[in-house]
Amino acid sequence: MRALKSAILSAAFALGLAGAAQAAEGVHIPSQDWSHDGVFGTIDKPSAQRGFQVYKEVCAACHSMHLVPIRTLAGIGFTEDELKALAAGYEVQAGPNDEGEMFMRPGIPADRFPSPFPNDNAARASNGGALPPDLSLMAKARVGGENYIYAFLTGFEDPPEGVNLMPGMNYNKYFPGHQVGMPNVLVPDGVTYSDGTAATVEQQAHDVSVFLTFAAEPHLDARKQMGVKVILFLIVLAGLMYAVKRRLWSTIH
Amino acid sequence: MAQAHTPKFKNPVVNWIDSRLPIFTMLDHEYNQYPMPRNVNYLWAFGAIAMVMLIVMILTGLFLAMQYAANTQVAFESVERIMRDVNYGWLLRYVHANGASMFFIAVYIHMFRGLYYGSYKAPREILWILGVIILLVMMATGFMGYVLPWGQMSFWGATVITNLFSAFPIIGDPIVTWLWGGFSVDNPTLNRFFALHFLLPFVLFALVILHTAALHVSGSNNPLGIDPKGPQDTVPFNPYVTIKDGFAVVVFFIFFAAFVFFAPNYLGHPDNYIPANPLVTPAHIVPEWYFLPFYAILRAIPDKLGGVLAMFGAIAVLAVLPWLDTSKVRSTKFRPIYRIFFWLLALDALLLGYAGAMPAEGLWLWLARLGTAYYFFHFLILLPVLGKLERPLPLPASISEAVLKPKEKA
Repeated sequence: MRALKSAILSAAFALGLAGAAQAAEGVHIPSQDWSHDGVFGTIDKPSAQRGFQVYKEVCAACHSMHLVPIRTLAGIGFTEDELKALAAGYEVQAGPNDEGEMFMRPGIPADRFPSPFPNDNAARASNGGALPPDLSLMAKARVGGENYIYAFLTGFEDPPEGVNLMPGMNYNKYFPGHQVGMPNVLVPDGVTYSDGTAATVEQQAHDVSVFLTFAAEPHLDARKQMGVKVILFLIVLAGLMYAVKRRLWSTIH
Repeated sequence: MAQAHTPKFKNPVVNWIDSRLPIFTMLDHEYNQYPMPRNVNYLWAFGAIAMVMLIVMILTGLFLAMQYAANTQVAFESVERIMRDVNYGWLLRYVHANGASMFFIAVYIHMFRGLYYGSYKAPREILWILGVIILLVMMATGFMGYVLPWGQMSFWGATVITNLFSAFPIIGDPIVTWLWGGFSVDNPTLNRFFALHFLLPFVLFALVILHTAALHVSGSNNPLGIDPKGPQDTVPFNPYVTIKDGFAVVVFFIFFAAFVFFAPNYLGHPDNYIPANPLVTPAHIVPEWYFLPFYAILRAIPDKLGGVLAMFGAIAVLAVLPWLDTSKVRSTKFRPIYRIFFWLLALDALLLGYAGAMPAEGLWLWLARLGTAYYFFHFLILLPVLGKLERPLPLPASISEAVLKPKEKA
């Protein structure tokens, strides 16, 4: 049974690879359910907070998020005191001081999240030549958005037979070309959630996808709420204008 | 001369100004009393919708320009600052980015309306040609606007499109260097594109004024394509058409708002949220959707210069359309054979648009070639010949007769 299943899977992969070679981005990304989907959708704040924890404890070791100020997290329920405490946990370079020296100081909420490496070359040197992309806009910068992030984070597996990985590369069924420098980083209970949620790989991937959606689009909730009001207003206005138009034109027929 | 002018406005201040500079008389004449054929349908609202979109674009663009920095080092980040930190900056940018698409939707519908009802035929040739020039300037403006966020598609789109000019022999390469202000798309390119992107909308505005002035000389066309024969065939622009156009604008805004608030990035490309990187080429470089039919024509021709000429030719052929269509009957309603080919052209435009988004290989390349061939066949061969051969249906004697008769029967 298992042999049959793996035979079917590898045939599917062979087809998938052929397809990918043809269309380069041919892998189908499955859609997940998100609370922020749809017209009335809003960011799931507890999930985004857990996702931030995953980012902080796992992703941030290699990935920067340099467009996002720490204060942005107020949008997922961090209080001012929590933000100050969180920011103070980061060391930020400042200066030059009166002696012309750069110095380190504790972060403040207005600072952006510090990057793990001083520059791209340093990041490459520490990651086997691969550059971990900045995560600030990840949820908008890939086809599939947050669905892609979830699929990618849960898509690591052993390479199918006949696929030779290049040294230092890992196999991911959703990454374009399937060979990626990043290893599988999510393991069950890799983080310990303070709210008691079981930290399965799927849960962590889901939470960090929600967090990155928020990080890429911090005004998502405000946008959708305004949209509902704007469209309701326009519908009423259109109805009134149509009534006036009908009445006016009825006099000339 | 001054004595000949009799006061006609109740407000003495308005009268005082008007007798020295008759702008109120002009506005009254052009936007209040202007006789509009009474049978125009809602397709005629798309001119007004396009005008409103131009104003929306200029206003949102002005406020975006106050926050944007046209420098390759900071352009991408300044756009993100607008999205995150400027009050309602996300709204300004999404209205502007989606507004460009909405502007093109309105203008394309406006053009197909003109094609269907023969609005380009005498005496409206200059009106139509001004419209084609407006389209060209819009395309240049839209293209340069897409470069400003300095994402991957901005950079590579700019590289591909400016490189088109290198297809011309001898002068090609110097032109490209001159356009770039250097030897690749770089900071000087971004700077000049920003300057031009700010300037061209005002050029567009001036062209729109000319377009409207030419319209008000010949008067508006109508679904029957026959000239109004007297006041019984027309209604004053205000209030009848202002309320009708106003209603259409509001309905269009509902469609527009649906994109801005619920799918603001649907019409964009994810790669443009990756900062420009001259060392990494995206897998597929695709332009904005409104360029796709022309992009398909460009790639359909196996020769680079030929492709460039075909692409520009696709627009140039529109400019000479009034002389290519030999039929004297304006409205397609009375041209049973042409009607079929009109819809074929509309389908052809959609096919080319879809092919433009697909990789230029295999089946899609051949469909693009077929579509390109039909496009030029339609304008260069079919229209001149069909106008001579086709026997049009009998035209009604007047607009009021055609409009009021069915009502009497009912």
